[in-house]
Amino acid sequence: MLGKLTWGAIPFDQPIPLLAGAVVLVAILAVLVWVVVKGHLPYLWREWITSVDHKRIGVMYTLLASVMLLRGFSDAIMMRLQQAVSFHSPGFLPPEHYNQIFSAHGTIMIFFVAMPFVIGLMNLVVPLQLGVRDVAFPTLNSVGFWLTATGALLVNVSLVVGEFARTGWLPYPPLSELTYSPGVGVDYYLWSLEISGVGTLVAGINLVTTILKIRTKGMTYLRMPMFCWTALASNLLIVAAFPILTATLAMLILDRYLGFHFFTNEAGGNVMMFMNLIWAWGHPEVYILILPPFGIFSEVVATFSGKALFGYRSMVLATMAICLLSFMVWLHHFFTMGAGADVNAIFGIASMIIAIPTGVKIYNWLFTMYGGRVRFATPMLWSLGFMVTFIIGGLTGVLLAVPPADFLLHNSLFLIAHFHNVIIGGVLFGAFAGYTYWFPKAFGFRLHEGLGKAAFWFWLVGFYVAFMPLYVAGFLGATRRMQHYDVAEWRPWLIAAGFGAVLILIGIAFQIAQLAFSIRHREELRDRTGDPWDGRSLEWATSSPPPVFNFAILPDVSGEDAYWTQKLLARQQGKADEPHYEAIEMPRNSPTGFVCAFFATIMGFALIWHIWWMVIAGFVGAFATFVVFAWRDHDEYEIPADEVARLDRANIAARRELVTAARDAS
Amino acid sequence: MTAATLAHGRDPHHVHGIEDAENRGPAPKRIVTGYGFWIFILSDMVMFSCFFAAFAVLSGKTAGGPHGSELFNLRNVAIETGCLLMSSFVCGMASIAADMRNKFWFQIAMAVTCVLGLAFLWIEFREFADLVARGAGPSRSAFLSSFFTLVGCHGLHVSAGILWLLTMMAQVFAKGFRADIQRRFLCFALFWHALDIIWVAVFSIVYLLGSGT
Repeated sequence: MLGKLTWGAIPFDQPIPLLAGAVVLVAILAVLVWVVVKGHLPYLWREWITSVDHKRIGVMYTLLASVMLLRGFSDAIMMRLQQAVSFHSPGFLPPEHYNQIFSAHGTIMIFFVAMPFVIGLMNLVVPLQLGVRDVAFPTLNSVGFWLTATGALLVNVSLVVGEFARTGWLPYPPLSELTYSPGVGVDYYLWSLEISGVGTLVAGINLVTTILKIRTKGMTYLRMPMFCWTALASNLLIVAAFPILTATLAMLILDRYLGFHFFTNEAGGNVMMFMNLIWAWGHPEVYILILPPFGIFSEVVATFSGKALFGYRSMVLATMAICLLSFMVWLHHFFTMGAGADVNAIFGIASMIIAIPTGVKIYNWLFTMYGGRVRFATPMLWSLGFMVTFIIGGLTGVLLAVPPADFLLHNSLFLIAHFHNVIIGGVLFGAFAGYTYWFPKAFGFRLHEGLGKAAFWFWLVGFYVAFMPLYVAGFLGATRRMQHYDVAEWRPWLIAAGFGAVLILIGIAFQIAQLAFSIRHREELRDRTGDPWDGRSLEWATSSPPPVFNFAILPDVSGEDAYWTQKLLARQQGKADEPHYEAIEMPRNSPTGFVCAFFATIMGFALIWHIWWMVIAGFVGAFATFVVFAWRDHDEYEIPADEVARLDRANIAARRELVTAARDAS
Repeated sequence: MTAATLAHGRDPHHVHGIEDAENRGPAPKRIVTGYGFWIFILSDMVMFSCFFAAFAVLSGKTAGGPHGSELFNLRNVAIETGCLLMSSFVCGMASIAADMRNKFWFQIAMAVTCVLGLAFLWIEFREFADLVARGAGPSRSAFLSSFFTLVGCHGLHVSAGILWLLTMMAQVFAKGFRADIQRRFLCFALFWHALDIIWVAVFSIVYLLGSGT
């Protein structure tokens, strides 16, 4: 009746996961009870859960990422503490639990923190920057978000029911095959990623179509803000790479569930095929993650330097070059496979070539700041921290791209330090810069500057204290994924790294304090003009938060930095005539995404535990949801012209004050 | 699509490069939907190419078991292929009927498409059942694993297509040729034809090449 699921699946004998699970469960229940008692449930259902508004979906993606960041970081700090104390000692985490923790940490940080964070920011900002009212497929957008949430939920369920994979963030066979991993851990991994992978693909298709087909009048490709370009590149990579992940994991699923022989040791299976396929997705994936932050830095650096981005066209070219090259370097993840010197040399050189377009970008940002009036607000600090940190990470990457060096450093802590150097210093700093930069746009009030700066400095210093020692330990021969060790030289470095993790923890505490403080003092931090940073692109042309239709009149773009030009024009010409308002059609909210994800969760859980009747029930439910959705008769509603005019007049009045103030000041 | 082509067609000597100077704002819904679905099809092709790659790597790994030339019955595969190609043709007729808003011929054409698709699936199912009965199931060797996955994945797509097809028939029956239903049918037709393209590759690479020595 319940497949492999028994009471034995709940780890009553392991206090740490049980306690962690209990805390999470209590927290979720507390929030639910609070929501219901306070009567917020109808509001949440109407305005958020069923919302097909790209801005709200973007916010929900970012919220999911932030919550999962806390989970992933708990894993991280446990690992750092374990390694700090496990010299000649078993530490406090038994090996089978330690293995689950490093696997969960990597999986969560990549798929459920970094991905939703950048997808959330793209969802929120790209349509605004393109000057349009919505994405191409609003309901599908909601489906994509909720499927991602399903994946995150399944990973967290594994904390209490059963176990998670012990095979690392990429489940290399034959270890991940049924013979060596008979438990449900790998199955949790596989199904949560298959489901959230569909969500990501949907988001990718949606954003590519939006950028290529839905732009406002005059918004030609070479007038798009840099963030739209990097979003385009990133989503093209999603569309091209995520199907590879889906196919590869499907093969592993077939091996595990139906006794196929793709990656087994017997009957002709080929283990190295898994490595090739997974990295054919995995390398583009790191550019899917880093390209949008490159766009964020471009926006932030230009805005806070008060200058147009230096070398815009070279930036576009560099972005698209990275987009292409990212598919030609996957083999550098396993130089030790033994493909031979020639193959390794080609992939080594290809990997180093990526440093060129990346270098172009760095110089463009530096030249943008050069001669500008740089304001050191929090988003700018994250950008500067990124530039310094990412260069170090890039250089160690070039070092690893040299095959002979890689033979020595492969799977050592040096590698760990390298990719944290680029992912934290690049993706995460970029996400935080974007979060601080666009927060006022999403919510109508700014985040507190002082607490944000404190968070930045703790993160930055914490990062260096945590990861620079790992470079050293890597050079001294320390390998990754060690539960305990007995080499005395490594010890001081691993203790230092543990100390760094604590500094990062303080940084996170400051971020939470910043959010709480800013919400509490939102009236003082209110952004009345919709343009708190003196921005350059169209998202700042509408109010904060924008009305559901974004723009009362779709803007007409006549050059780069569309909003900046508008502002200059307004300052010169003064008052413009009131536009003629028309009624606006917007898509209706729909519970399709949520209901579909509900059935996907049931199906995923049932597949993990081999509860076949439940799989069928979940599938029928999901299909029925789509048919019901397809049967709807009214998918749009109309906002009358009067309402549009009322909302827009308030926005224009606030803006006129800003323009007058600026003119008086100058 | 047509609008853009016409706009470019006016002055063939003017080089636009990637700068579409005449961007007139968001594209109409029909174009956006079709475009998005094309991108989905491309991503689906990427997924199939992974299974093709796996087949290419593993096709010689028979682990002492049977090779393709001992298993494939080209006569059945030819009938199967005929069914699918015919169904694509009839699906094209359904598109014409939809353009002319002729419900009767639309339903007839869709029904024939469905029957041909089911015939395809039935032949494929019999082939699979026969292979399993002869001890050449997917767990016999890596070659057979990749064969069953590649061909089965296409079969799953056809099955999903038939579910979609029946839903389309019901929708046109209940609601007629509304604009959103027309757009949906455009996507269905793209999907069905794309499955043909993939089958051509399966037919050539798996069956024709596989039947040789």
